[in-house]
Amino acid sequence: MITKRIIPCLDVKDGRVVKGVNFEKLGDVASPVELAQYYSSCGADELVFYDITASAEGRKLFTDILTETASKVFIPLTVGGGINTVADFDRVLKCGADKVSVNSGAIRNPDLVGEAAKIYGDQCVVISADVKRVDGVFRVFAKGGRENTGMEAVSWIKRCVDNGAGEVVLNSIDTDGVKKGFDLEMLDAVCNAVSVPVIASGGAGCIDDFITLFKSLPKVDAGLAASIFHFGEVKISDLKKKMAENGIPARL
Amino acid sequence: MIAIIDYGVGNLFSLKSSFAHIGEEAVVTSDRKVLSEASGIILPGVGAFADAISKLNDSGMGEALKDELRKGKPAMGICLGMQLLFDESLEYGRYEGLKLIPGTVRSINDVTDGSLKIPHMGWNALHIVKEDCPVLKYTKEGDHVYFVHSYFADDCAPYVTSTAEYGVSITASVQKDNLFGCQFHPEKSGEVGLKILKAFCELG
Repeated sequence: MITKRIIPCLDVKDGRVVKGVNFEKLGDVASPVELAQYYSSCGADELVFYDITASAEGRKLFTDILTETASKVFIPLTVGGGINTVADFDRVLKCGADKVSVNSGAIRNPDLVGEAAKIYGDQCVVISADVKRVDGVFRVFAKGGRENTGMEAVSWIKRCVDNGAGEVVLNSIDTDGVKKGFDLEMLDAVCNAVSVPVIASGGAGCIDDFITLFKSLPKVDAGLAASIFHFGEVKISDLKKKMAENGIPARL
Repeated sequence: MIAIIDYGVGNLFSLKSSFAHIGEEAVVTSDRKVLSEASGIILPGVGAFADAISKLNDSGMGEALKDELRKGKPAMGICLGMQLLFDESLEYGRYEGLKLIPGTVRSINDVTDGSLKIPHMGWNALHIVKEDCPVLKYTKEGDHVYFVHSYFADDCAPYVTSTAEYGVSITASVQKDNLFGCQFHPEKSGEVGLKILKAFCELG
């Protein structure tokens, strides 16, 4: 049986890990390479590196850090942030990434998912969507959650999967940073629409939030979080133990 | 020194790094001479079977691998690299493999009820079938390894050394004499995977 994956997300800016609350108020945490090694040693199933720099210098720092991490950490690495072209896929895959996550890049150019899937395979392409309720409808937001695209989220995600995305990261802006649990309603809607793995993101505040997630939505494949892991509020080894006690398949 | 065969398929960065991490020099190569000097050979692979087998044959690396195997050198195929070792694959047609291990590569979807997500992607537990397989000497029953694949090796029971459960019993690793194969990615399977690579290096 495949285990449910626990995935720490490292937002990287100018070579450091940062985490925003509702995407703002960025605070400095630690060295991404050290953090990645730490997470790998305590049982993280996968790591997401998210590049939130805009400058060319920042981008170079990011790929250097990615290369260093990939040469020291031997679990799957997903990279996102600033992925707009097939050349961007190439750039991060050469530095040791296994999967590449696209968000705004796919909104700007909806052919990107299909083009990348054809070259690198479906398993390599992850569609990441920042989603927020607007007047009771799930809408896709761009530019780190600042801009409403007006697109309905479930049909957008389904279209990306039909075009070749092999995995979905669903980040609920409504629950992100609030630490009161994952957005089960939003996740359920997406899980029912696609047949590829869905990763829940946004809202985890404690171990029980993960237990509730996997118990109430068995179709969800993985839980992703950042600050609660970075600040030690949730220890991955404790979380894995609790999952196993609750009959949730976990890699201990 | 371990030779990682480069035939234009996939990204070999992690594989090379993982050998460096366990203190073994690894060279990515498409040179027969390097293969003959190596203590062990890795056949990697991602993507589609038809494309990979034609590139492997065209590069001459398929024949070079067979020459080294005849000398008794240990070799290991990883993921699609393992699938290439078999008689044939039914991925998008019917394609001949290297015919080094009897068996057929077929779609997981063809033998399961269709309720499972394909690809079989994520961490799954190993059931060890042959305790004496030398590359599994540090691996325990139930150890988790990382899989990403939609096709699997079938009709190869005499050579299966471990399996994983995913609707069907998936061939996770195989051995035929000095030739080994892993369907999973040891270079992405944390400490468990590194120990499998270490055990392979110790054969050379």
